Amino acid sequence: MRKNITHYVSRITFPMLTPKTRPSFHTLLDAIALTGGDETAIVYLETERPSITITRQEFAERVHTYAAALQQLGIRPRDLVIITHTQNLESIYAFWGAMAAGAIPSMFPTLTEKLDPAIYMQNMAELVSFSNVKAILTTDDFAPQLAKQVTCPVIGNQLSVISNQPIHNSQFTIHNSQFDIAFLQHSSGTTGLQKGVALSHRAALNQIASYSEAIGLNEQDVIVSWLPLYHDMGLIAGFLLPLVQGVPLVLMSPFDWAKHPALLFRAIHEFKGTLCWLPNFAYNHCARRIRQRDAAQFSLKSMRLFINCSEPVRHDSHQLFLNRFAALGVTPEMLGVSYAMAENTFAVTQTPPGQPARLDVVDGAALTGQQIAKPSANGRPHAQALVSCGPPIADTAVRILNKAGDILPERHVGEIAIQSDYMLTEYYKRDDLRPFRDNWFLTGDRGYMADGEVYVIGRSKDLIINAGKNVYPQDIEAIVNTVPGVHAGRAVVFGVPDEREGTELIAVVAEVETDDPAQRKAINKAIRQAIVRQSTVSASYVTLVDARWLIKTSSGKIARAANREKWLAEKG
Amino acid sequence: MDDKTIREKIRAFITRELIRDEEYDLADDEGIITGGLMDSFSLAEFGVFVEDEFDVYIPDSDLTVAKMDTLNQMAARIMQDLDV
Repeated sequence: MRKNITHYVSRITFPMLTPKTRPSFHTLLDAIALTGGDETAIVYLETERPSITITRQEFAERVHTYAAALQQLGIRPRDLVIITHTQNLESIYAFWGAMAAGAIPSMFPTLTEKLDPAIYMQNMAELVSFSNVKAILTTDDFAPQLAKQVTCPVIGNQLSVISNQPIHNSQFTIHNSQFDIAFLQHSSGTTGLQKGVALSHRAALNQIASYSEAIGLNEQDVIVSWLPLYHDMGLIAGFLLPLVQGVPLVLMSPFDWAKHPALLFRAIHEFKGTLCWLPNFAYNHCARRIRQRDAAQFSLKSMRLFINCSEPVRHDSHQLFLNRFAALGVTPEMLGVSYAMAENTFAVTQTPPGQPARLDVVDGAALTGQQIAKPSANGRPHAQALVSCGPPIADTAVRILNKAGDILPERHVGEIAIQSDYMLTEYYKRDDLRPFRDNWFLTGDRGYMADGEVYVIGRSKDLIINAGKNVYPQDIEAIVNTVPGVHAGRAVVFGVPDEREGTELIAVVAEVETDDPAQRKAINKAIRQAIVRQSTVSASYVTLVDARWLIKTSSGKIARAANREKWLAEKG
Repeated sequence: MDDKTIREKIRAFITRELIRDEEYDLADDEGIITGGLMDSFSLAEFGVFVEDEFDVYIPDSDLTVAKMDTLNQMAARIMQDLDV
């Protein structure tokens, strides 16, 4: 790591997108970063390499070159284009180039060294046929391999050199109306059909206008992000928002950051970062895994907000981060929270900038028993401190509903339902899925409202949120069930909240016939390996049990919650 | 400190803290990350452990899946700095 380097990003004042200026923005192609000029659009940062700065002019030229090349390849407005790159500048140009050509881009995770290529290819082939994908843009290395497996064209990096005559911006915008679908965000999930959340230009612009206001975005801001672009937080907050607003974006690869967490602090230090979105586990990852020698080089004083988002927020994670990095300039006022989801483009709520997130100390027994958030005080029996996600942002309404769909009063726990001006248009080519009930979107999250702020308690379903990633237990169970030695249909997967990691860890319990230690070890290894090769997560606990250990429901299904309780009790 | 002592210290740390199963019989040449036993976040944790335990700073360019996937690779990299 290098020290004492400060890069001043170049910029000029420009009327940003706000609820007031919203009428002058028609589509995302009115992005300020596409207006040309010497101002910094993007800085790309990698471990042990010099940073790369892309000006607005360079950004606009590359985007228009990509758009022209896509048009020459026969991509038409409203065609679906999948981008599966390693996170890099090419993937960014491809995404915006596709939008500029009127097509619908969607970012996808790339094939990593750990994933099983055959399964990845099969998922991609299914996506291509079900969603009628017209082209896949990827790296040169990967393109020939993938091309053999799918029915649409697969294009490597040569795309950028197909056309050396960029078409002027004005020639693109004619294709797009603000009601057109701008892009898709795909849910994670390894089996079955992935849901593509279709968002219009209008929805994205409305969200960016309201959300920018909620975080007090201004011309001095610099956004720093390592988040993956196939995830709503990375795509909206860490990508579209800065480029639409002309705020410099300092971007890293999530793979690089995971291995070298101090890279984030280098980015903040060198580029005077002010805004950064992080899932809860990242606070623990930074606090526990940035080495002393690395941390000592950096100052975080330039920051306005670290925004905790996309998995349940833990007060102890904030405290851990604060205690470790107060010396670098982190203060309680910098630790904000947002509650967000792809179906709402991004944010539903945001804590006010410049204030610590509110803490609600409640009676934990009443919360789980009566489902009521009864105020308590620290030190009292069952006292539990919950971190507020803040009030709903402008043009979003939040309701808490019971199972019958009735509205619940303050401090009563129920399902969170939302209504906003930036909701999804549909789940792409999935007429069977109806996202709305009476014009309200049911989030599947459980929570309550108190003093106008939203508190999220957990999920209605069995979804596990591991390091910011949504993991469906049934997907992992399906993988485990294919491992030789495991009783097919006799495996269960659930999440275990972990204070040290600040996230839910994944636990697998599987019934096996053998009691031979060597064979059990081999099965244990095979389960771990199968999960890591066929999904984007890894199992933290693999427990092999004898036949008939697992509890089944009266209808013969594996009861996840009951097995989780049994496993926790045995673990002690 | 010899190679064997280092290897045993790492083995104990990894099975206890990262695999979360002290009974796990981790082989010297077993792919720890590619085998799904720990994720790439754990590489950073390994870096912290090596700094605290051996006072060795492994540069970021060496903290990669390719270079730190087995106990053999890890022990050899630490020895390299302890020898100097």
